[in-house]
Amino acid sequence: MSYGGNREGGRDREGGRGGDREGGRGGDRDGARRPFFRRKKTDPFSGANAPKIDYKDVKLLQRYISERGKIVPSRITAVSNKNQRALANAIKRARFMALLPYVVK
Amino acid sequence: MALYEHLLIARQDISAQAVDALATHLKTIVEGEGGKVEKQEYWGLRGLAYRIKKNRKGHYVLLNINAPSGAVIELERQLKINEDVLRFITVKVDQFDVSSNKNRRDDNETPRAKPEGEATEEAA
Repeated sequence: MSYGGNREGGRDREGGRGGDREGGRGGDRDGARRPFFRRKKTDPFSGANAPKIDYKDVKLLQRYISERGKIVPSRITAVSNKNQRALANAIKRARFMALLPYVVK
Repeated sequence: MALYEHLLIARQDISAQAVDALATHLKTIVEGEGGKVEKQEYWGLRGLAYRIKKNRKGHYVLLNINAPSGAVIELERQLKINEDVLRFITVKVDQFDVSSNKNRRDDNETPRAKPEGEATEEAA
């Protein structure tokens, strides 16, 4: 399964650990740390014909769980905060009804 | 009156007719409490993502219910007693999802949908 944004996730974690965001206020240093342009991703659940988050829609929810069965963080999938909460809720309901696994071993 | 989506899993060993009988039984419960079952959908025997009470498969039934809360309480009470029912969930919704059956058809009714498509082609 591909998230199409693994690098962003990796960078985010790094920044949080080292407190890099404060250090990179100068701008040029931050620019040097980013050799490639990263397209701003948009929330897949906002917009005109966005899918509705529903616990019965297994195919849709499967895109937001990892191979291990974990819920994928929104920083990787670019789901908005509000929709991520709804999504987590839907995945948990689907798990309860045995539509999705709790763990994949 | 409120709208509820009710999904339940029945034991794999019972027949499809028994599931149907169960669904109609639930319908009479809801109607007895002054509610209405707007839609009843049988998803068929699906594999469970994990074992529940030694079952690897289960009959899924979806009911769209328009009923007062008392009906749901009574429905859930009866389902807790029923040993054929492995699990159920009732979700209050603002409106029933029209596309919900579309999701199911992908998994279960593609073989049935195909001959229909061929038939229309022959007719044309």
